[in-house]
Amino acid sequence: MATQLPEPIIEQTYYLNMGPQHPSTHGVLRLFLKLDGEYIIEADPIIGYGHRGHEKMAESHLYEQFLPNASRMDYLSGLIFNHGYVAAIEKMAGIEVPPRAEYIRVICAELNRISSHLLWFGTYIMDLGGFTPFLYAFDDREIILDILDRVTGSRLTYSYCRVGGVAKDVDDEFIAATRGFIQRLRSRWEDYHNLVTKNVIFIHRTKGVGVINREIALRFGCSGPVLRAAGVVYDIRRVEPYSVYPDLQFEIPTGTAGDAFDRYMVRLQEIEQSLRIIEQALERLPEGPIRGRAPRNVRPPRGDSYFAVEAARGALGFYIVSDGTRYPYRLKVRAPSFGNLQVLTEMLPGTLVADTISILGSIDIVVPEIDR
Amino acid sequence: MWHWLVTVLGPDVVRLAVSLVAIIALVQVNALFLVWLERKVAGHIQLRLGPMEVGPHGILQTLVDGIKLVSKELITPRHVDRKLFVLAPIVVFLPVVSSFIVIPFSEHLQIRDLNVGVLLIFAFSTFNVLAILMGGWAANNKYSLLGAIRSVAQSVAYEIPLLLVVLNVLLWTGSFQMSAIVEAQSGRWNAVWMPFAALIYLICATAETNRAPFDIPEAESELVAGFHTEYSGMRFALFFLAEYSNMLIVAAVATTLFFGGWKSPPFLGFLPVPGVLWFFSKTYALVFGVVWVRWTFPRLRFDQLMNFSWKVMIPASLIHLVVYAGIIKLIR
Repeated sequence: MATQLPEPIIEQTYYLNMGPQHPSTHGVLRLFLKLDGEYIIEADPIIGYGHRGHEKMAESHLYEQFLPNASRMDYLSGLIFNHGYVAAIEKMAGIEVPPRAEYIRVICAELNRISSHLLWFGTYIMDLGGFTPFLYAFDDREIILDILDRVTGSRLTYSYCRVGGVAKDVDDEFIAATRGFIQRLRSRWEDYHNLVTKNVIFIHRTKGVGVINREIALRFGCSGPVLRAAGVVYDIRRVEPYSVYPDLQFEIPTGTAGDAFDRYMVRLQEIEQSLRIIEQALERLPEGPIRGRAPRNVRPPRGDSYFAVEAARGALGFYIVSDGTRYPYRLKVRAPSFGNLQVLTEMLPGTLVADTISILGSIDIVVPEIDR
Repeated sequence: MWHWLVTVLGPDVVRLAVSLVAIIALVQVNALFLVWLERKVAGHIQLRLGPMEVGPHGILQTLVDGIKLVSKELITPRHVDRKLFVLAPIVVFLPVVSSFIVIPFSEHLQIRDLNVGVLLIFAFSTFNVLAILMGGWAANNKYSLLGAIRSVAQSVAYEIPLLLVVLNVLLWTGSFQMSAIVEAQSGRWNAVWMPFAALIYLICATAETNRAPFDIPEAESELVAGFHTEYSGMRFALFFLAEYSNMLIVAAVATTLFFGGWKSPPFLGFLPVPGVLWFFSKTYALVFGVVWVRWTFPRLRFDQLMNFSWKVMIPASLIHLVVYAGIIKLIR
């Protein structure tokens, strides 16, 4: 007579793929999660779904021909990528940029930073379930896009900077519209803070969620708001100053806890600081030419050079290796989202699946710039 | 012909048949109206207009959306549990039709004034949970299952405070009969002297119908579409329809239990407004509030949602019950 031994309960962990097609992964990111119920045990971001071979394209394009590619890598901070790329070439080739062009570049770059942060703000809250702030943010962002459209010719993927300056001059209407926009955005802060920052549900979803502390952030090479929210005061505009940033007064907002809420506050404060920068730059905008002397096809001398700028998502670096010809031998782009994303491998285990969206959104990655 | 039908089948049967037709008509028209209302309210909150093209101010939009859904192919994926997959959208409709039977639209407009009216409504509302679980399980994929499981846990958790606050009303009225509850509010609406009960009821009702900020089971940005990911065409339309009808039911029940049903506010009794109109205006005012909340707040994380129920709602409703039981005893 055999007694039936009770079958042991086998607890199994299961694998869940978030993406590559997913409404909230901001691009074609695949997060391979190993789950135990609702808790994440392992997280593995799988990238490469958006690889388009930009760096390889650079090797067969003239330096000037690569300019449109630059802004398509991170389409949300296209102007800053423009700026970084041409500044890297100018540094290598020793080309002077007239002050008016520098100021115009800074104004446009900061407008671009604001529009990127506004988009992030809208989509982050939308991922959390609040559909309304998205439209408010886009309403403001449309004004920036219209301003930049008038002067650069495009709304999102700009090819505005040229080696030695910018393509087209700004006129009085640009200055008036930008000033009007600054007024308008400042008047909207109350709306944004009332609707989102003080919302108890939002606070519960972001406070204490996704803590990236200083040690992890430094180890993974994070930069930008992710690093600053962890308490490290590191902004390329201050640490390795470029363009006319040394002459402008602005603060670097930092956080203390490194959680999603801190990253949110850091980005909102960065928008305010960008507004300050634009104001000062508009005041000080000098007269003069907008393009310096540069050869039609620039040939930087043999050698290599690295140039970093502060993009909306962090430290953006262009490493150019030149062999003296009109075509780069190698162009390597250090995209900020790459390091920021890798933090997930260490930080996600132990959190809930439902928090993944909140954490991923708060890091603010743009997958095309990771994949290039 | 009516005379012949009534004599052959008996007045009750004819009355029942007519009222069932009327309920289904009400449910459909309500869905038509409510979907349009939601889209318009959402639009205006978001600084845009909402549907404007189809019909004046987009009023026919839902109708044409319905036609579109009906004309879609009913795709049954190969890997699903066929019987449950087909059954789930039908089961989700059971509580809708049956709950409308006992709701007093006015003094004389009530299909069956059962003496266990309230009990019937809350008993049938549990079918929602069953239908969602069936839908999520049958779809045979992890996302849907996660959505279904969450929905079950959420519904169970929020039913408890819901029933506890309804108990307050029942203690005062002394009967489960819906018409009696309305009659007991002739002097003063229940919401006036039990405001917390009304508030707790409305919060729990929003959670029961899976509306934001409690809409984790169908969280669009987290689990694609939750438990109804795999449904298309008319099956999806049925889930959709059921959700909007449930909204109407909980608002109607809230009106009856807390806001005086078809009675006018005491100080406006002189107005020649029929009871039905009062009933529907109060109900739709509550529905508007639910829609408003949806487009304002982000979503609660699932464990926060459960914590809110077990640690905040249930103690609050228990204390409320004890306190008001004492008050009612003192008054009587």
